[in-house]
Formats: sequence, C-alpha cells, structure tokens
Amino acid sequence: MSDIYLDNNATTMVDPKVVEAMLPFFTEQFGNPSSLHSFGNKVGLALKKARKQVQTLLGAEHDSEIIFTSCGTESDSTAILSALKALPDRKEIITTVVEHPAVLTLCENLEKEGYTIHHLKVDEKGRLDLEEYKRLLSDKVAVVSVMWANNETGTFFPVLEMAELANAAGVLFHTDAVQAVGKIPIDLKNSKIDMLSLSGHKLHAPKGIGVLYLRRGVRFRPLLRGGHQERGRRAGTENSASIVALGMAAEMAMQNLEHENTVVKAMRDRLEEGILAQVPNAFVTGNPDDRLPNTANIAFEYIEGEAILLLLNKMGIAASSGSACTSGSLEPSHVMRAMNIPYTAAHGTIRFSFSRYNTMEEVERVIEAVPPIVAQLRKLSPYWGDNGPVEDPEKAFAPVYA
Amino acid sequence: MWDYSEKVQDHFFNPKNAGAVEEANATGEVGSISCGDALRLTLKVDPETEIIQDAGFQTFGCGSAIASSSALTEIIKGKTLDEALQVTNQDIAEFLDGLPPEKMHCSVMGREALQAAVANYRGEEWKDDHEEGALVCKCFAIDAVMIEDTIRANDLHTVEDVTNYTKAGGGCSSCHEKIEEILTTVLAEKGETFDPNAPSKTAPEPIAASGGGNNLQRMRRIEMVIESIRPNLQADKGDVELIDVEGNTVYVHMIGACSGCQMAQMTLGGIQQRLMEELGEFIKVVPASQAQMAQVAKAGG
Repeated sequence: MSDIYLDNNATTMVDPKVVEAMLPFFTEQFGNPSSLHSFGNKVGLALKKARKQVQTLLGAEHDSEIIFTSCGTESDSTAILSALKALPDRKEIITTVVEHPAVLTLCENLEKEGYTIHHLKVDEKGRLDLEEYKRLLSDKVAVVSVMWANNETGTFFPVLEMAELANAAGVLFHTDAVQAVGKIPIDLKNSKIDMLSLSGHKLHAPKGIGVLYLRRGVRFRPLLRGGHQERGRRAGTENSASIVALGMAAEMAMQNLEHENTVVKAMRDRLEEGILAQVPNAFVTGNPDDRLPNTANIAFEYIEGEAILLLLNKMGIAASSGSACTSGSLEPSHVMRAMNIPYTAAHGTIRFSFSRYNTMEEVERVIEAVPPIVAQLRKLSPYWGDNGPVEDPEKAFAPVYA
Repeated sequence: MWDYSEKVQDHFFNPKNAGAVEEANATGEVGSISCGDALRLTLKVDPETEIIQDAGFQTFGCGSAIASSSALTEIIKGKTLDEALQVTNQDIAEFLDGLPPEKMHCSVMGREALQAAVANYRGEEWKDDHEEGALVCKCFAIDAVMIEDTIRANDLHTVEDVTNYTKAGGGCSSCHEKIEEILTTVLAEKGETFDPNAPSKTAPEPIAASGGGNNLQRMRRIEMVIESIRPNLQADKGDVELIDVEGNTVYVHMIGACSGCQMAQMTLGGIQQRLMEELGEFIKVVPASQAQMAQVAKAGG
C-alpha cells in the first residue's frame, strides 16, 4: 500500500503535467528572456503566457499586475516594506495574531525599528472583530496585511470586506493568500485588494516561485533593485522554468476549482465525521462553517501532536501538527493559543490537508488508523484514566513546571 | 522531522514501564514550560534498602519525551535512591544514543521527575533550581535564560563574552543576532546600551604577550590539549586525531563512536573551549575534510 499524503498546506506534489511544461526551459529553452536573439525571445513569450495564466486565476485586470518573485515570503516582505517606504509618514501596520511567520516575524522586527503594529485578535473559532479593525484604521496606518485563509485551520478572514473598509479609509490593503489561491474563486479586479501574495508550491508548482499581485496605480517601492526585469519592480534574472510551471499550475488549478470545492471537500468532511464518530474528546478547531475546502484541523485532547505524527508516519500517513514539539522552536502554535484552545488540546492538534490527488479510499484508511493511535497514546497520558479522562484532569495531574 | 536515533524510536514505539506502578510509594510530577510536556513518575521503593524495585511513567509529550521517560525508568530500576540521584540528564540522553539539541530538555524533565519523586518519598518538598527559556544556540543547546543570567552575573557586554562564558554562539554563529538582542535587553535593565564595537571582556591578548611563544610551541600545546582529551573519548569507544592547524582553525578527525554521534558537535565544542582556555586566543575546531586526511595519510605513509 502506498503512503498517504495529507500535508498539502505544507507543500504539494508538482503535477506531472507541470513538470513536463517546465523541463524544456532547462535545456532547449535556456535563453535569457531579456536577450534579443531567438534563444531569449521564445522564453520571453513563454513568460508572457504564464503571466496571463496567473492573471486569469487571480481575476486580475492587467497581466502587468503580476510580479514573479521567489516565494510567498518574498512577496509578503516586498508588499509590506514597499508600503512603508512609499508612505514614510505612516508608522502603523494592522495585521492579525494568527498570520504566518512570513508576516509576523517581519512585523516584530519592524516594531523594533519604531513602527507600531496592531495585532487584531481572534475569538475561539478564529474569527476577527471587525469593529476593532474599523477603530484602528486611520491615516497613520501605512498598510493592512491580513491572510485570506489560515494555514493551520483553513479559516477564512473577510478580506474582501476588510479591503473595502481600508480603501474607504485611504489605507493600502495586502493579503497573504498563499493558502487560498487555487482553492477558491478569486476575482481581484472586482475587489479593493491592492496587493496579494501567492506561492507556487502550494498549488502543484515547484518550490522557489511566488507572485506578488500589485494593483495598477498602487504606489510601490521594489525590494530588489537592479535590472529591468518585471518592469523594474523585481530585479534579477527570471526563474523562467518555474514561472512557466506556475503558469501551467495556475491553469490547472482554475480547471479544478469546482473539483476542489466538491470532491476534495467531501473527502475532508468524511474524514472529520469518521474520526469524530470514533474518538472521544476530540474536536475540530477554527470555524467549520467558513474555511478552505481541503483543511481539517482536529484537536485530540490529553495527548501530544508529535507523538501522534510519529505513529501516523509509521502507518504511512503524513500530516502535521500545531504542537510545540514539531516546530523547530518549541513554541506551541500561536494560532491555537490565539483561539484560547486549552493547552492539553492545543498540543494534540493535527492538521490533515488534502489535494486533488487524494482518494476516498485513502480517507477510509486514515479513519481506521487514527482511533487506535489516539488510544495507545492516551494509555500513556497522566490525564487519561481507564475509560476516559481522569476526573477533573487539570487538578488530578498538576505538575511543577520548570 | 527530528533526527531521532534508533534507540529513541525504539523507546517511543515500544516504551518500557508505561503506566503507574501499583503500590507506589514515591511520585514525581514535573512539566517543561518550554514545550508544555509533562511527566508523572511513580516508584516502588523498598523501605529497608531504598532500592527502586519498580518504576513507571505516564507522559503527556512528544516522541523524545516518551522515550526519555522510558529510558529513565530502565536506568533507575534496581538502583538505590542515592545511586539513582546520580543519574544526570546526559546519562538519559546517552542511554538513548543522543537527542537533538532542541530535545535535550526532555532528558532534563526526566531527571527532574526523579528528583521530585525522591523528594516525595523522603517527605521533602522539591523545588526546581533552574528555569528554562527558548533555545538560542542550537550547536551547544544553550537557552535564553541561561544567557541572560550569565550576562547579569558576569557583567558581559559583547557576543564574544557570551560565547566565552556560555559557549552560545561558538558554533555556526547563526544565533549572534539573537544574542545581540538579549544583550540589548539585559543591558537596558542597567540603563546601558549594547555597543557592537565594545571591547570584549575576555579579549584574548596577542599571542606573544600571553606567552604563546612561537608557532612550534603553539602547535605542541594544541597537540597536548588534544592528547589530554583522548582518554575521555576512548572511554566512550571514540577517539580524536589532530589533522592540521591553519591560523585559528584546528582540523580534527573524529573516530569510532565519536563520528556520526549526535553529540559530536558538543564534543567539538568542548575541545574548542579547552583549546581557547589553554592558548588564550580564539580557536575554531572543525572536522577535517576527506582531502586533508588523505594528505596526512600520504605524508605519514
């Protein structure tokens, strides 16, 4: 039996068709797109096509609004730092407590440089308080950066509405849409979103390619200056093979949008229902009514995520966890903490994230594998008795913390 | 994913002594604030001989926390309480053929659970003697609290000071920005500002002035230090060989149990520390390349 990959929010397999499309650009079509001769010219035309394909997926008005970068993180940094540079009198940024480190760590650093960062809080389902947001919007704010969908829970933020509000207040709006692009329909030309980040490897393109969407007319200052590539907005020789690949992946994602929201969603829903029917003291985190179709995040109380992952891995099942021990830093997931999930549950959160390559047969295998793993670890847990959690678990086991 | 040794994996997949011991007369319950893991250790101690007849664990934690708990119970069974108290977290880590630096705290938690259980048996109250912070230096497994305390206690002002006192930052040097941040915060407590150009407290004196002598003497002292370390390594079925010296860089070859050991980085760090102390100058110890060793072999043969 082959292994089951349910960690598509971390990264995805490059679609074989995408590989096929990109391969000629390493050997036959190796020219520099800036060159005048036919070696370069053909590559230039291929990049043009890829830009159109991405434009279509994002529903952008112009293909020149697409800037190819090296990754989602570069796009995020470019967007936020550009806004600060273009608007030097504005010293505030609005973001959320549950952003990806690509935004959070950058903001932490900017705070040290004297900027004021407003972190919007979330409730127990990971939802924002838009009243708090409205109060913070002012002419002191350089940019709002809010993710479209959360990478751990899949929960959406109302970015379309938030962009309208920012626009009305004269504030730039950026969204990290790395998890959302390719999974839900996006129509940027009919939105007030000024900047958007996406990452190729989340939608079956290779790692090392990303995009910053920059609405025409938005004031911009490049992160990398140098040559004229990307109309001078992102210098550096184009990663042509990966750009072509991303174009192909974008086209395929567009074709699969309905599949994602029906077939993939059905697999996710079946997994949750199947596991929760058999495992007591487990629950779905985030907002089940408003989230990505491919993401399930389940908290298993009184056990720890890394231990669950190791046992799943032994069964050939790949997932990920919000537990402290799986992040190199030992910090428990900031997303779970922000939602006020008790730590005995937050440590046992497991994220299963699907792609169009998963099958219902795999889902059934996972549903069979999970309950015994949870039971096995609960046997070792000081919070668990013979047949369920010990009475008043937090009191029954209250270790000295050091 | 973590690079766990086979022994860690074995103790995780097939833990020994899981569950609470029946008729236990000693219990230790501790948790690690840095990752939220927690452990209850129960012991059955013979009141006459103080020998630990049985030990069991219940752990809420990751793979290495469960493996460390399992290892701990295996190590202490059959020992007297006093013997058991001699067990260090290093012993637990070594029993498991090493733990990744980020996971060393799991072994610390094991040792603390043991201390807490013994205190409980003896009717004493166990107090933790150290606080653990976020891991800063991954090469030598040094956390933020350790660095902060050392800066305060020794009035340190530079990254080099911190490296000389704690080893933090003495390896790959990627954590120097974090160390500077800690210095900035701690120095601010005293109303001082961190100056990256400040003279280092432990600045090595020029070689001539420190009695370093000529190159030959310096080389002999390096050899002497390496020779003095070898018996310790040999006791653990390992060894180290001096290959070359180039300026401040000393190339060594880790042999036997030392090569491929997860603690090799720490051993290199230890050798580096000894050399720095002996020579009074900054020394970097790195594993020699294949090419260098081939050259030595050729010259020797």
